[in-house]
Amino acid sequence: MSPERRRKAEELAARYPRRQSALIPFLQYCQEQDGFVTRQAIRDGAEMCGLTEAEVESIASFYTLLFRQSVGKHLIQVCRTLSCMLRGAGELQEHIRRRLGVRNGETTPDGLFTYEEVECLAACDRAPCLQHNLMFHYNVTPDEFDRLLETWRASRPAVSLPAE
Amino acid sequence: MAPFEPVLTRGLGRLDLTDLSVYEAQGGFGALRKALRDMTPEAVVNEVSASNLRGRGGAGFPTGRKWSFLPNDGRPRYLVCNCDEAEPGTFKDHMLLEQTPFQIIEGLVISAYAIRAERAFMYIRGEFLEGYRIFRRALETARERGYVGPRIAGSDFSLDIVVHRGAGAYICGEETAMLESIEGKRGEPRLKPPFPANAGLYGMPTVVNNVETLCCVPHIVERGAQWFSSIGPPKCPGPKIISVSGHVRKPGNYEVPMGIPAGQLIEEYAGGLEPGRRLKAIQPGGGSSAAIFEEDLDTGLDFDSLAAKGTMLGSGGFVVMDDRTCLVRAALTLVRFFEHESCGQCTPCREGGQWVARMVGRLEAGEGSNADLAILRTLNRTLTGTNLCPLGDSIMPFLSSVLRRFPEEFETHVTQAGCPLAAEQAVAAGAGA
Repeated sequence: MSPERRRKAEELAARYPRRQSALIPFLQYCQEQDGFVTRQAIRDGAEMCGLTEAEVESIASFYTLLFRQSVGKHLIQVCRTLSCMLRGAGELQEHIRRRLGVRNGETTPDGLFTYEEVECLAACDRAPCLQHNLMFHYNVTPDEFDRLLETWRASRPAVSLPAE
Repeated sequence: MAPFEPVLTRGLGRLDLTDLSVYEAQGGFGALRKALRDMTPEAVVNEVSASNLRGRGGAGFPTGRKWSFLPNDGRPRYLVCNCDEAEPGTFKDHMLLEQTPFQIIEGLVISAYAIRAERAFMYIRGEFLEGYRIFRRALETARERGYVGPRIAGSDFSLDIVVHRGAGAYICGEETAMLESIEGKRGEPRLKPPFPANAGLYGMPTVVNNVETLCCVPHIVERGAQWFSSIGPPKCPGPKIISVSGHVRKPGNYEVPMGIPAGQLIEEYAGGLEPGRRLKAIQPGGGSSAAIFEEDLDTGLDFDSLAAKGTMLGSGGFVVMDDRTCLVRAALTLVRFFEHESCGQCTPCREGGQWVARMVGRLEAGEGSNADLAILRTLNRTLTGTNLCPLGDSIMPFLSSVLRRFPEEFETHVTQAGCPLAAEQAVAAGAGA
């Protein structure tokens, strides 16, 4: 583990009565640094908690916001559950898939945009909603999406999956 | 009875309650001072018990009784605030987190004092990054002002609150899954008993309370159990935030007295349906709840009245569907949700969810058969009560209720090999193709 990572691991572990509680925050931190949970992050997590790599893999794979593969600079997650579906999420999803030329779960060939259809984001009164790098956008029509897409294209976010 | 005044949402949208001085000017942290100065922990527990406050996360269990289960055996005790809101159609905790974080902190500290917890954990859904940041800032401010940390508000009581951000998993809202998740493991629910009161976080006595539940506590301390229990039905009283979404003119969070009739909520708060539309179905208590229909509009929104109708208040996620809605498609959306969110431990939930999603998927695509319908009619019994946690029990209630009430809509999907509402559905749900 790099010295900087070890420092972070210790800082996170100190927050909890038991060390393993800091594993998920640690993986979130690694993901923020590397863009996804790398093999090295799994090894570091195992070292930090005295677990096997297989155990850390098993834990990481449980959570949808821990990615084991590289995601785009822009992670677009669109709600697909009932309240959004009742208010146009289906149309929005189809628009986005066509616009980006990807299917659910895919990244554009230039590596910029990853598109995912996700479950209820708890913003059902402002449906349909989506998250861009975990920031909410509400009442998103296809036109509004196109406007958002232009602003995202023009920006270069530092991280697509912020830890804190 | 005096007209109902909002309690938990008072000032929201008008005042910036993320500013501590604004929260204090509204009387914030007065209850905390009162509890720590004038009340013993037992007195707080007794007051909350007497108020008949029932948990707002979904189960409706009496909060005071939950607190009183903790054994007195000298082991450290923990309090966990459940802010992992992900029940489809529910968005009240999301709002409370972002707009009134100090109310949550005040509720946490008083409740931790009541149960003599040595540490509290705030579990925030991973997707609520903005809310997490707002809460962290609020906690820092509260700490600087002496409301959290050592010797709170000049008393002998000390409490640290650890903020833990989730990483994406609906099941972690189930209390034992949440404890596993805080311990750094897969969020798989535990076999109960032992209950968290005896063997919770790190095996220690633990209470898990929902955000809205904890937000009720300062008000009960401040204004008394009698005031609280006089709002709504005596057996499940108090203010309740209902998240209204779907086909109403004004979707949003509405704080109402517990027990308000469903029809009154729609008409007086949520602006009614769009002109010319007719109500088809309502999911009154989140994605896990069975539907109610136009003949049920006088049903009170409280734990007992909805249970008597074969459904539940649950988390208070109230989803309205008008006559444009294809109920096969609505049911498909929900069974896919549970299929996706099953942790996979229990066979009926893991396999059943996949089978049901495939069957309803076939129906929706116009490829279903009468045999599929016959099987779906039997599955409520197969999947309910056969799993470690309530997730498996949640797959069938909505589907079964709409299949019973609108059998012809499902049958037509078979006989016409597709959706009879397709044209309208395209408008309603933007199906496009």
